[in-house]
Amino acid sequence: MSAKSLFEKVWDRHIVVPETDETPAILYIDLHLVHEVTSPQAFSLLRDAGLKVRRPDLTLSTMDHSTPTIPVGSLQELKVVSEPAAFQQIQQMERNCEDFGLELRGMDSDERGIVHVIGPELGATQPGKTIVCGDSHTSTHGALGALAFGIGTTEVAHVLATQCLLQRKPRTFAVNLEGTLAAGVTAKDIILAIIGEIGVDGGTGHAIEYRGSAVASLSIEERMTICNMAIEGGARTGMFAPDDATYEYLAGRPLAPQGADWDAALSRWQTLPGDDDARFDKEVSINVSALRPMVTFGTNPGMVIPVDDVIPSPAGSDPGFAKALDYMALEPGRPLAGTPVDVVFIGSCTNSRMSDLRAAARVMAGRQVADGVRMLVVPGSARVKREAEAEGLPEVFEAAGAQWREPGCSMCLAMNGDFVPAGKLAVSTSNRNFEGRQGKGARTVLASPLTAAASAVNGKISDPRPLIG
Amino acid sequence: MEPITEIRSRTAVLPLDDVDTDQIIPARFLRTTVREGLGENLFADWRYNSDGEKVANFVLNQPEAQGAQILVAGRNFGCGSSREHAPWALLDYGFRAVVSTEIADIFRNNSLKNGFLPVVVDSGIHGWLLENPGVELTLDVESRSLSLPDGRVTEFPLESFSRYCLLNGVDQLGFLLNHAGDISRFESRAGI
Repeated sequence: MSAKSLFEKVWDRHIVVPETDETPAILYIDLHLVHEVTSPQAFSLLRDAGLKVRRPDLTLSTMDHSTPTIPVGSLQELKVVSEPAAFQQIQQMERNCEDFGLELRGMDSDERGIVHVIGPELGATQPGKTIVCGDSHTSTHGALGALAFGIGTTEVAHVLATQCLLQRKPRTFAVNLEGTLAAGVTAKDIILAIIGEIGVDGGTGHAIEYRGSAVASLSIEERMTICNMAIEGGARTGMFAPDDATYEYLAGRPLAPQGADWDAALSRWQTLPGDDDARFDKEVSINVSALRPMVTFGTNPGMVIPVDDVIPSPAGSDPGFAKALDYMALEPGRPLAGTPVDVVFIGSCTNSRMSDLRAAARVMAGRQVADGVRMLVVPGSARVKREAEAEGLPEVFEAAGAQWREPGCSMCLAMNGDFVPAGKLAVSTSNRNFEGRQGKGARTVLASPLTAAASAVNGKISDPRPLIG
Repeated sequence: MEPITEIRSRTAVLPLDDVDTDQIIPARFLRTTVREGLGENLFADWRYNSDGEKVANFVLNQPEAQGAQILVAGRNFGCGSSREHAPWALLDYGFRAVVSTEIADIFRNNSLKNGFLPVVVDSGIHGWLLENPGVELTLDVESRSLSLPDGRVTEFPLESFSRYCLLNGVDQLGFLLNHAGDISRFESRAGI
């Protein structure tokens, strides 16, 4: 039998009907994550066709994109703080879950949050599972050895109705991470450096598997940050083989297997790591020891440099490059560090977990957000919020002058009323610096929680390393 | 879905690489529960200024681009978010196909499920199309081919099942539902 990668093992175990020249494979989906923005039209399709949800027990529903991050105690308050369309979308989600018999982690649930934060923290995300969601950052769940990818709304309907998808097998891409991170350099810097290396389309048509000597030292939350942005390199998914850190992370979580089921699951999971001689269609190696904190300067995540470098000049005449710098109001050949900052956002499915909040708090402790800077800290889930409160993190942020909010996607994509005003520059721990992503005319610089917090304190884009001595 | 055999139209040219789905339809327009009506806000932040007036030099606002059903765009079109609102907005506006040298994976999947044709050509043909906006093209689904007005014909990749579904107006959900027996057998074998 030929050697297989992690991806190939998970793929092969989920084939209901194999692919042929004429038809794609029918792939079984173990976990379907559903949120309010990309599902309404899928539920309508089921309703029109008189179909039911095939496996409500394999469907995990929550609301995160359109939900306000200021506290709301009642439906009336929600209606007051939300735009009418957002309020209607939230109400529609509640109705859809009720009509189709789905348990909803809704506004009043202590398990609600960003869909890619709650899946792992509830233990629903497990090694070897196939996981999909109408959201491109579904790749996050690959951190635990799941094959997880984003789908469109028509496919959301396919999974709701059949628990399956029609899929052609992607090619495989090994990203080898070697070495050890230096102080002040984080998982976010690794993934930004990878995207800078391969480009925003380097992974198109491929499933990434992160391997190499650096992996063992990365926590599960760090792996989530790295998998989260696989899509920003064009790949449908990114995954890490499960190891002891994975099993330790999962043990005891509410939806993780218990007792004898745990033992059985564990022996299954231990067969998942790729064979040593597995082959990949594409391969790249990154020496993480040499990395510095990374920041974006343009309007896609591939336009990225170390924080202490100057903004590069375009190679030849590239209208896109010029348009991006014009939008960002930045000039080639000048340092990016030192650029004045208006807004700092700590949050999103990339960086809103406990380790991210702790990193930001470490920089903020005993310091103040610079005059004129607005800083928003948005925990990824209700559980993260409770844990942070138990550790006293909100007090650190609030004493520094930052705002501590309710969980959700918030300012990452500015659907819920949290946005960056036109022309203002935001340093964000989120995943996309596209034009207008954080609000029409908003200028976004992507960075790690350490770099974002250091930039808040200094009021300008800053290297965090001097502040964490 | 209506069957699609051929698309014949003039082109509109958007000569930028990495056009992401946040540009195609900004997130604030995703607060909808239906598919219709998104065309009005297709490329909203490039089409309209902050006062809501049309930006004169943006391609969709130019007289010669009116009525074009084929969009020619730069490399890596449709990157970013998985929002199916992107092809819905393009279709609702009146586009039926995009031609590029590379199209992002999720956008491509979403497009094919809505009868919006993603066409990848080599950089030679693409360069010519960028330099000659407004030419009339014929996209033939049956033969997977793009015909230029000067008689040149080039093939484009189109996975056979998607081609079959486009040509016959087949709903892929129906195909999956027909395999309900296989799905049940898989579930019992896997103990799910």
